[in-house]
Amino acid sequence: MTGTLTMIGRSVRLSRRNLDTLLMSILLPVMMMALFVYVFGGAIATGTSYVNYVVPGIIVLCTGYGATSTAMSVADDMKKGAVDRFRSMPISSFAVLTGHVTASVTRNALATAIVVLVAVGMGFRPSATLLDWVLAMGLLLLYVLALSWLAAGFGVIARSVESASLLSFFMLFLPYLSSAFVPTATMPAVLRAVSEHQPITPIIETVRALLTSTPVTSGWLALAWSGGLLVVAFLLATWLFRRINRR
Amino acid sequence: MIVETDGLTKRYGSQTVLAGLDLKVTEGSVLALLGPNGAGKTTAIRILSTLTRPDGGTARIAGFDVVREAAKVRGVISLTGQYAAVDEEQTGRENLVMIARLRRFTRPASRARAAELLARFDLVDAADRRVRTYSGGMRRRLDLAMSLVAQPRLLFLDEPTTGLDPMSRTTMWDAIGELVREGVTIFLTTQYLEEADRLADRIVVLHNGDVVADGTADALKNQVGGTRIDLDFATALEAGRAEALLGGVRTESRLSVPSDGSATHLHRVLDDLLAAGVRAERVSTHRPTLDDVFTGLTTPAVAA
Repeated sequence: MTGTLTMIGRSVRLSRRNLDTLLMSILLPVMMMALFVYVFGGAIATGTSYVNYVVPGIIVLCTGYGATSTAMSVADDMKKGAVDRFRSMPISSFAVLTGHVTASVTRNALATAIVVLVAVGMGFRPSATLLDWVLAMGLLLLYVLALSWLAAGFGVIARSVESASLLSFFMLFLPYLSSAFVPTATMPAVLRAVSEHQPITPIIETVRALLTSTPVTSGWLALAWSGGLLVVAFLLATWLFRRINRR
Repeated sequence: MIVETDGLTKRYGSQTVLAGLDLKVTEGSVLALLGPNGAGKTTAIRILSTLTRPDGGTARIAGFDVVREAAKVRGVISLTGQYAAVDEEQTGRENLVMIARLRRFTRPASRARAAELLARFDLVDAADRRVRTYSGGMRRRLDLAMSLVAQPRLLFLDEPTTGLDPMSRTTMWDAIGELVREGVTIFLTTQYLEEADRLADRIVVLHNGDVVADGTADALKNQVGGTRIDLDFATALEAGRAEALLGGVRTESRLSVPSDGSATHLHRVLDDLLAAGVRAERVSTHRPTLDDVFTGLTTPAVAA
């Protein structure tokens, strides 16, 4: 337990002191928010004020950047010998990943809080009750946790820090192919099929419904996706970490 | 035996990195694994420090099998890898406290141990600066300090001074020498013959994943051909007369004669010259350096 806490302390301290990571997780969400609300938002018809529509999408988009930072931190530890040092010590070295995942969730929580605050400044008026908020944030937490473990696993097998950053390619592309920024009804049939059946759409729909007090239609699906992804990602990371000694 | 390996093999794809390594290291000694890049030095250290599984053979550290009893092996060893594995964005002190906490020291004990090691490795002034601002030598010293937080019985040092300037190298050597005096067994790899010569009781030369020589620095030097005596004469003619008398290899006015390095042999050579009335201007003896040894052992088919 002390070991895990020490590793968490390490990762949190490292990400607090890494300017790139910090900017990526805090400045970027704000800029994306402004971009969507003021640049694209006016041209997108969602049947509601665009800022009310887009907040969940921005939060999920930012988790993609957050995950990329996590994968890069893990790859850096693999490359520069930190993982070797921990693995040669009589400790549970897997805690090094737990540390990075915890730091990742913390960064994302901070980014989410900032997105919500900035959104309120731009006219976001959520009508959610406290329970709705708790449910929405709980779901996002589950999703971020799953994504962070996936990123940690990716960092373990990435050949370099640069290839770990390739993760962002998928993480950033996926939200655009969902109902994050535009209703899926406007997409061509093929894209629409993809969008409606990928994990991000039910998660975003559920968070949006909770925050704007509209009926939740895909809550269980969102929970199943996030929970399932978490289990798979965690097992994958564990398996990959255990296989490092085969190299 | 604190290290005992038997037929250790490792291959990556079609490339054999270790081809049946047999090694025994006694507790309290310093072994240098010497070899060029790609000889298998790092792979050997990675297997012995439980980081990589061997494909074949066995390795035991303090009696524990590195694969089946990895956790017990880890309780005995410390590893200082090829790249200083220190956190750039933490201070020197934070790095040390972190390792101490991971080693289950209490918080006050961790701080005390960190302070002690900072003082010992001359890092007190830089203790609260981020490692990012450290020089290469300071990083290596911190790296070594991190390996010594919990006193290991066996310390692996993978190329401890590669890339350091001569001053920092000497400082590292002094630090390692001090550990030796404390009785820590040291298993180091190096490409530098001088380093092996200076630190190690025993040198194992590795080439293409196999041991090509094993012994003390002196034994290795003897193995590669012993001493030679160089005799300089006033003229090539004189040198020619000496050559007819003694044999050896003549270059212009210099004659080189192989020798066993004993005083008796040198005496005899000089007596023979004196008796024949050939006068040498100058005489010098040459012991082969470890570099000669290295080149002799790792270059295929060199004429003796």
